[in-house]
Amino acid sequence: MKKILITCLLALMGLTQVYAEEGGFPLDKAPDKLNDVVALQHGAQIFTNYCLNCHSAAYMRFNRLKDIGLTEQQIKDNLLFTTEKVGDTMKVSMDPKEAKGWFGGVPPDLTVIARSRAGRGGSGADYLYTYMRTFYKDDSKLTGWNNLVYPNVAMPHVLWQLQGVRTPVFETKMEHDEEVKEFKGWTQVTPGTMTSTQYDQAVGDLVAYLQWMGEPAQNTRIQVGVWVLLFLLLFTLCAWRLNAAYWKDIH
Amino acid sequence: MAHFKEISPNASAGEKFMNWVDNRFPATKLWEEHLSKYYAPKNFNFWYFFGSLSLLVLVLQIVTGIFLTMHYKPEASMAFASVEYIMRDVPWGWLIRYMHSTGASAFFVVVYLHMFRGLIYGSYRQPRELVWIFGCTIFLCLMAEAFMGYLLPWGQMSYWGAQVIVNLFSAVPVIGPDLALLIRGDYVVGDATLNRFFSFHVIAVPLVLVGLVAAHIIALHEVGSNNPDGVEIKAKKDAQGIPLDGIPFHPYYSVHDIMGVGVFLMIFAGIIFFAPELGGYFLEANNFIPADPLKTPLHIAPVWYFTPYYSMLRAITSEMVNVLIVIVLAAGALTITKAQISGFLKAVVAVLALGLAVMMYSVDAKFWGVVVMGAAVVILFFLPWLDHCEVKSIRYKPEWHQAMYAIFVVVFFVLGYLGTQPPSHIGERLSQVGTLFYFGFFLLMPWWSTIGQTKPVPERVVFHAH
Repeated sequence: MKKILITCLLALMGLTQVYAEEGGFPLDKAPDKLNDVVALQHGAQIFTNYCLNCHSAAYMRFNRLKDIGLTEQQIKDNLLFTTEKVGDTMKVSMDPKEAKGWFGGVPPDLTVIARSRAGRGGSGADYLYTYMRTFYKDDSKLTGWNNLVYPNVAMPHVLWQLQGVRTPVFETKMEHDEEVKEFKGWTQVTPGTMTSTQYDQAVGDLVAYLQWMGEPAQNTRIQVGVWVLLFLLLFTLCAWRLNAAYWKDIH
Repeated sequence: MAHFKEISPNASAGEKFMNWVDNRFPATKLWEEHLSKYYAPKNFNFWYFFGSLSLLVLVLQIVTGIFLTMHYKPEASMAFASVEYIMRDVPWGWLIRYMHSTGASAFFVVVYLHMFRGLIYGSYRQPRELVWIFGCTIFLCLMAEAFMGYLLPWGQMSYWGAQVIVNLFSAVPVIGPDLALLIRGDYVVGDATLNRFFSFHVIAVPLVLVGLVAAHIIALHEVGSNNPDGVEIKAKKDAQGIPLDGIPFHPYYSVHDIMGVGVFLMIFAGIIFFAPELGGYFLEANNFIPADPLKTPLHIAPVWYFTPYYSMLRAITSEMVNVLIVIVLAAGALTITKAQISGFLKAVVAVLALGLAVMMYSVDAKFWGVVVMGAAVVILFFLPWLDHCEVKSIRYKPEWHQAMYAIFVVVFFVLGYLGTQPPSHIGERLSQVGTLFYFGFFLLMPWWSTIGQTKPVPERVVFHAH
């Protein structure tokens, strides 16, 4: 029985993926905060407080956070649970078997989630930024939540206390003799602890952190790249003149 | 015993050392034969950069590969994690990995351009048939190398790409399932597959590749380089036996190629440092999800460099097989009625055509898709004997031949694009037309390449001093 249930759930997840990829809910552009250390640190805090309970980031070490300006002591004091060491990777304490029972699947590892969600109508950051801001109350779902970017998602709205409860407003239109629901906006059912602007900013910080965590070397990469290109430019100029000097004898 | 060369006692230490070496190993002889006294035509153009660039990328791939192997774990439960470990915990690991992943695509870019150069200037024509054949074999090895290397990061695309391609082998009649099992080492792509692909990727195929590259260059230096005019420079020599239009490879082409290396590295570095994923073409988003045998991605597409061939594979539907049967029968009938061959040969042709038609009718279309995909590469080997045009270079071929080559390029790009897209009805039709053109281009070449008025080929190469 349990096996059948899991199989059904897996099949359903397969289905939901179809919607996620073809749903085509237009993605908002995520703010670019990769160079904003304060935003990244805030994002890291939201991440460890809200995401890391169910999701792991198993390829990311806590002490890598030094790259975004945190000291080892700050990491130990604010982000680590008692048993963890600062050189550990961000594992999750939730038992995968229990996770399957609760959500119908193991929540995915988030280390490179921003990279894996690219190319679905925007960058991976755009996807996550929109996804985290389009949860709505849906009592027909097991968790009571649904999502516009990823319909029937197994994940509940973890940040609902911050955002409050919202429902989307749809307008039904006739297109090619078919009823089409067009998204018109949101109604706030109950307020959250944050205003809509504050919430967008917080999610922006979280997404910036996820984006950074997907590739911690990306800022270094660009800095190094500028120097490499400058060197190669000089090298090519020399090679070009050297070539011309040799070839002037060839008639 | 070889004759020892004496050197004057007043010679410099360097000369004495080289004399000592040369009496034991042909160092100076090799240097002269392949570089300082290898006479290459002086009219090389843009297209001639890609041979040396291919060699550069090969070296880059080997060197970065050695360093990746130091940290990579060829084990199903650790492979994905070890790549991320390289990307974040190994000092400069990200650079080495991006060089290798971008290098794989760069390899195909330069090799495709290099092959295209050979195609348009007739570099495969007599006496360079073996140079071309070694080159085609390199291309084949490169495809195997890239395919097996792509499994190693153990992401969703790695896994399902390998699953799809290995399953193709199971379409072979009779031995297919066992063959696929032999390749995988398991009933599904798994740890055994990863281990054997790793072994092939890091040692077996690279060894063959390096050997073939050596053979390719030795054969080339034996017959001499072709050039954009397709004129044999060895036909006109000076009193010393040096081709009038030849210049020593070193220093003239070594400095020339270094300039090309500079430009190439700028583009290469631009991608590595500023767009390593290149919009999902060099590193696919799906491959950042660890391999999951239970979740098939919706749309599995190979990496861009395989997509023209993948399109041809997908083009072979059972409907298309019927079209091919008609073509085979028509070709057989045409040979029997028109060709000037003996009655016995005509009977052989008839039997072969009928036999093939019956086989095509009775075996699953999937198998013929695999055959077509393989044949699309294998047919390149026969190019030296397919081209019957009286001139080598596209410069002196009839204008409509030039149009044929242009259409060929367009078709190749369209097939490549379609291979990246999910299947669609219009895409299927387009890829079928493209496949027919691709094969028509080569198989009918003995006929069409002889038609039309060629332009007069000059006695000497056309060269404008820089």
